[in-house]
Amino acid sequence: MYLGFKDISVCYGKKEIISHVTLEFEKGKTTTIIGSNGCGKTSLLKTISRAVHPAEGQVILEDKAISSYKPKELAKKIAYLPQVHYSPSDIDIYTLISYGRYPYHKFGKGLTKTDTDIIEQTISLTGLEHLQHRSLDKLSGGERQRAWIAMTLCQQPEILILDEPITYLDIGHQVDILELIREIGKKLNITIVMVLHDINLAARYSDIIYSINNKKVYACGTPQQVITHEIMGDVFHIDAQIYNDNRNNCPFMIAEKQSSNQ
Amino acid sequence: MGKEENRSIIKTKGYKLTLIAFLIVLSLVLTVLSVCTGKMSFTIAESIKAIFVADDSGARLIVWNVRLPRVLSGGLVGICLALSGCILQGVMRNHLASPSTIGVTSGASFVGYITLVAFPSLSYLLPVGTIIGAFATTMAIYTMAYDKGVSPIKMILSGMAVSAVFGACNDIIKLMFAENIANATGFLVGSLNGVSWKNFMMILPYAVVGILFCFLLPSKMNILMLGDEMANSLGLQTEKFRFLLVVVSSLLSGAAISVSGMISFVGLIIPHTARLLVGSDYKYLFPTSVFLGYSLVTLCDMIGRIILPIGEMSVSVVLSFIGAPFFLYLLRTKKNMGDK
Repeated sequence: MYLGFKDISVCYGKKEIISHVTLEFEKGKTTTIIGSNGCGKTSLLKTISRAVHPAEGQVILEDKAISSYKPKELAKKIAYLPQVHYSPSDIDIYTLISYGRYPYHKFGKGLTKTDTDIIEQTISLTGLEHLQHRSLDKLSGGERQRAWIAMTLCQQPEILILDEPITYLDIGHQVDILELIREIGKKLNITIVMVLHDINLAARYSDIIYSINNKKVYACGTPQQVITHEIMGDVFHIDAQIYNDNRNNCPFMIAEKQSSNQ
Repeated sequence: MGKEENRSIIKTKGYKLTLIAFLIVLSLVLTVLSVCTGKMSFTIAESIKAIFVADDSGARLIVWNVRLPRVLSGGLVGICLALSGCILQGVMRNHLASPSTIGVTSGASFVGYITLVAFPSLSYLLPVGTIIGAFATTMAIYTMAYDKGVSPIKMILSGMAVSAVFGACNDIIKLMFAENIANATGFLVGSLNGVSWKNFMMILPYAVVGILFCFLLPSKMNILMLGDEMANSLGLQTEKFRFLLVVVSSLLSGAAISVSGMISFVGLIIPHTARLLVGSDYKYLFPTSVFLGYSLVTLCDMIGRIILPIGEMSVSVVLSFIGAPFFLYLLRTKKNMGDK
């Protein structure tokens, strides 16, 4: 198994929210997890970042349990961007991005030439050249998200995990960030796993979609296989009309309230 | 247009280094001035000679035996409290954290009193007691109030509760065992009066270890400021690191409290002022706090010694007069005290 969950259960307090889930993420693909609020999709992601410890089962990376990796070794393979970011308000973008080099940091040494080269490459890859000396709190939401993504890219990860990366953004910036994620995924051959709430954007930007319902993986497959009237009805309790977006070659849906006799 | 706007926000490296250099000079100047002034004044030349040349002059007697240990101890206390406050603000992700606001001062004093009462002849155990007290109190507050950062309200309330309980216990001990603790005057009232080389040497080892640790921490502190989830995924073991920070901060505050007792506000004001001056990068925040802490306590102690025609005002009183208004100013101006 490249990356995935093996028989994993997650508890929140005493309540089990994910029960014995086994699933695998395909290398080089973009996988999105969808599900209703509180279904445990974020907690599931957090088991990969080790912010949440599974009650049972294991997270597997390259056939080994991630708990057997040293924290810094793992940080060179998997980068994780939480939904809510904390940072001192006065740091500049360059400094923030440079923190992504922490896993490579040798004790008592500053940034090496390799570090600064990678930081600069990442800055130009994410189009932040003109903003790199600005302080974080002077940027717009979209620019800030770009900077955080740049920071995770400095870890030179094979896998990038994003928890609701577009939640606080307007639609323009949502598309902008998802395009960026797709582009860097292709260019750097990074496996991307994310949680999204917007089904239509998930359908457009994912290779594979997992839908979580009732503590389990309810459906998985290509957007066409998962974004269907039946599955959306079962997972979100909506009456979904599914259309095809010919331009992007993916399904899109319009959600309506389920009529009560259904 | 953007450029000028930025320059005012982000301080350049050169500016920060110059500022730290200035603070070093300020610390030296204040040390010399502090040694010169008092009930008996000396010229700068006399004082410097008295520090470096051992002779039988009156200047040597006063400067070397009385004033220099007092000034250096005060400065060291300032450094320890400032660094301890810096660390606590990072650990708790909260700019109101400091040894005095979270009750560490009273907790440490309590164990200090117990030590004095239980082992009256072993006064060198006092810093050990205060360090243990500081550690226990910090851990208690931390476990009571921590949840993805310590909420200011929870922290201040648990700090007040802890302070009240230990304050009461301290009063009881002071009443019941008055003679046992009579000779630990500075520890009792927050004064540096009567502090000697003995006191200085007593806390020096703990302080040095604590200060050295602080200079190993900045890059990790900076990562910790990104939140636990982010820091974890960058490969920092946040739980272990936080524990280390609590230990170092207790070592520093405990050592300081054993010399000067309730010397409030240094641990709060200095980290704040340092943050205003050089920003939140711990690489600069720690050294700035060190020299600001040294300067502030030295200055306040000097003012306390010369402001009254007879006798002296204790350094904690002077600090309170400066610190309390500053604290109120912070409460009024900073809306978001949590670090978001």
